[in-house]
Amino acid sequence: MLKLPSRIESVDEAAIKADEFAKEQGLGDDFVSAIDLAIRESVANAVKHGNKFAEGKTVDVTFARTEEGFEITVRDYGTGFEIDTIPDPTDPENLLKANGRGILFMRSFMDEVEWSNPEGGGTVVKMVKRR
Amino acid sequence: MSDITISERQAGDVTILDLDGKVTIGEGSVALRNAIRRLLGEGKNKILLNLGGVGYIDSSGIGELVSSFTAVNKEGGTLKLLNLTQKIQDLLAITKLLTVFDVFDEEDEALSSFN
Repeated sequence: MLKLPSRIESVDEAAIKADEFAKEQGLGDDFVSAIDLAIRESVANAVKHGNKFAEGKTVDVTFARTEEGFEITVRDYGTGFEIDTIPDPTDPENLLKANGRGILFMRSFMDEVEWSNPEGGGTVVKMVKRR
Repeated sequence: MSDITISERQAGDVTILDLDGKVTIGEGSVALRNAIRRLLGEGKNKILLNLGGVGYIDSSGIGELVSSFTAVNKEGGTLKLLNLTQKIQDLLAITKLLTVFDVFDEEDEALSSFN
């Protein structure tokens, strides 16, 4: 597991490690590109919206090759959120907003994306890309 | 090393910004924001963003394109996009922003559209 500090540089760090791992597994460019985007968006969300850049909180990242394909988990230690309350960025009224597209990207490029609130607090997002 | 290099060219009253690198959360997005702010401060409000050299963009970068578009509109100007990579086109399609931006493949065509 990667335990990363709550800063923007952690986005690159997580993505580089995941890319290396995915390439070692012989996964194709499109697959690696989807994983890269999903991990960048989820770690950025964890740093910004989850941990709110708090120095004492880490972002915990795992990735693994599974029978299904590739699985990523990203955990923050924030106060959590309700996924149903996140506005749809493709609604005409939201099109010109500067933020709020990360979850749409995660859902678009991964086959499964689900959120949970583990014991000990925070939020875990689990994402699966099938082969 | 910076994630992005932004070069400026002038074609008549249109300012072309050639972006090379990544437009992502952090430096890349901030560099674009600062460049647009500077141009608007100089009264240059017809802006063509050449994204042909942008190898990577994330949701923060897409958000910065939208912020740039609204900032330029607010100043009575126009911001258009040139040379989208397939990846950026895909992301703009997913976010339905292809309906918002004027997008061009040819620089000449983009420049004449400002007049």
